[in-house]
Amino acid sequence: MEEKQIEEKETNRNVEVAPALIAVHPNQNSVAVAIGSDLRVYDLLGDCAVSLPDDSSPPFHKDSIRAIRYGANGKLFVSAGDDKVVKIWSAESWKCISAVCSEKRVSAVAISNDGQHVCFADKFGVVWVVDLRDINGNQAVVDKKAAPLLAHYCSIITSLEFSPDGQFIISADRDFKIRVTVFPKGPLDGAHEIQSFCLGHTEFVSCLDFVCTVDYPQGYLVSGSGDSTVRLWDIISGSLLDTCEVGAKVVSIKGENFVPTNLGSSSSSGLLWMVTGAANLPRFDHPSASRVKVISGFKKSSSPEAVEANVLEDDDIPGGVKMLEKLQGSASVEEKVFVTVAEAVKTAMCNLLIKKQYSVEKREFRKSTRNDKKIKQ
Amino acid sequence: MLEQETNPTISKSTGLPRKRFYRARAHSNPLSDSHFPVPISPSHVDYSLHYPHFFPPADQVNCSKKIQFADIGCGFGGLLISLSTLFPEVLMIGMELRDKVTEYVKERILALRVSNPGQYQNISVVRTNSMKYIPNYFEKGQLTKMFFLFPDPHFKEKNHRRRVISPHLLDEYAYVLGVGGIIYTITDVEELGDWMRSCLENHPMFEALTKEELEADPVVKLLSSATEEGQKVARNGGQTFQAVFRRIVPTS
Repeated sequence: MEEKQIEEKETNRNVEVAPALIAVHPNQNSVAVAIGSDLRVYDLLGDCAVSLPDDSSPPFHKDSIRAIRYGANGKLFVSAGDDKVVKIWSAESWKCISAVCSEKRVSAVAISNDGQHVCFADKFGVVWVVDLRDINGNQAVVDKKAAPLLAHYCSIITSLEFSPDGQFIISADRDFKIRVTVFPKGPLDGAHEIQSFCLGHTEFVSCLDFVCTVDYPQGYLVSGSGDSTVRLWDIISGSLLDTCEVGAKVVSIKGENFVPTNLGSSSSSGLLWMVTGAANLPRFDHPSASRVKVISGFKKSSSPEAVEANVLEDDDIPGGVKMLEKLQGSASVEEKVFVTVAEAVKTAMCNLLIKKQYSVEKREFRKSTRNDKKIKQ
Repeated sequence: MLEQETNPTISKSTGLPRKRFYRARAHSNPLSDSHFPVPISPSHVDYSLHYPHFFPPADQVNCSKKIQFADIGCGFGGLLISLSTLFPEVLMIGMELRDKVTEYVKERILALRVSNPGQYQNISVVRTNSMKYIPNYFEKGQLTKMFFLFPDPHFKEKNHRRRVISPHLLDEYAYVLGVGGIIYTITDVEELGDWMRSCLENHPMFEALTKEELEADPVVKLLSSATEEGQKVARNGGQTFQAVFRRIVPTS
């Protein structure tokens, strides 16, 4: 009985529910949302939707996008996912400047702060690096080859981040580990020197980011995990500085169920952008849906106690209704839809990131059916 | 008395466990997410469980010893047992993926501790997947010796990534080995021997030991003679291929 259930889950893997993703340009020049294989960008400076011409081969993504990122210098944008192609775009002209083929489906991407390297991680735990130093904006699309940088043995890498000073690359996986590796001058030969491991989470690590203060510009690493904690780390020594049980500080959105599937922000604006939604929803009227919301009140100058988080009305969001139409696919979406969406995303993420626990009976059954015995002669 | 009679797994004459009651397949899938507890971090490793003589549970005096030798894929424990008396003050651990084999080694160590009071207190075994969890057991630069004796060759090219010595895994071994620490590998499969040697040669944090250094190291002789696998190869007159390298500071 149990075996059948597990087999059913495995056949569904071919069309996995993909959560909606959002990324915000560092200076809030534009906002991008990825829903399934569709990449939608809205130019906030020019207050218009961006149509993406794609002369690369293959054009556009053919399967769910799993990671999108802007580079810290605001010039590059990367998208990658289940179609095993990493696309590197100029965040100014929105031309696709390079397409890199990956052997496996991509689960995370990162761009070095100086925009010279793009790293992406695949589902088998290998992190690859692409050298962009010889790309000049006016060239026709260049097909680049990636070199292996480092690997987490047979684990899905959930997040990749460069440290603020660019010296380290941090990778987190679903086996509760965070690895801090020195990012070398010649990364194409591999990053062999591990600085530290940040160990302490008791479930998969889902996301990483850095927080920098005036006193500590190198920044502290922050990680979120399936164990319902957010932890603070010193990456040089790998020591755990603090643990926060999630649930303490929550902003509630009046009158609706909004479970964000992804968050984005730019350092200057003090706004937190959120998206909820998914693609490839099975047995559903709408195969994909997304909704964008913004919370204000995160200005740098304010002290933590004084943060007054406000959910903005649609008209007050930069870009307004026009932006929402572009990014959501429609100006408004029925709210009931999103409860189902949230459940579907949760199931998909659990299947991906939480290890299957076989019962003792099942394990013993499997062991006993193996032919170990020596045949008497 | 009665207990001993009804426990056939321990030999009555030697007091040591009998191998045939701990039969296991030679191979175990290193990719599977097996069901064994993994320490959250090196500071969570229970030293009083493994080395009660050095870390008595009730004792207030803190022993600051840390594990320095690790035998990866220790099999039936032959190497650990030989090393134990050669380095009686050094803590060592064997890591093994197979459940039954780990049980055998545990019983063997316990029996040896009983029959040789004061000895064999510095060795222990743990069931774990060393390809995934080494950083959970050892801090940066903690180990001074690592052993990879007769690892699974994984002949098919598509299975090469399951080999315990590989360019990516060497990053992790370089992390847990202190500078000057030594990695010992040996196999009877020539292709695997070439593979391991070339992985080590191409890794910027390892350099080969010189012939003189190899001859001066008493541990090197144990590689081919101390384990059951090594003794089997010698019995069959097979050749062995060694690669012994030192962990260095990368030159750039």
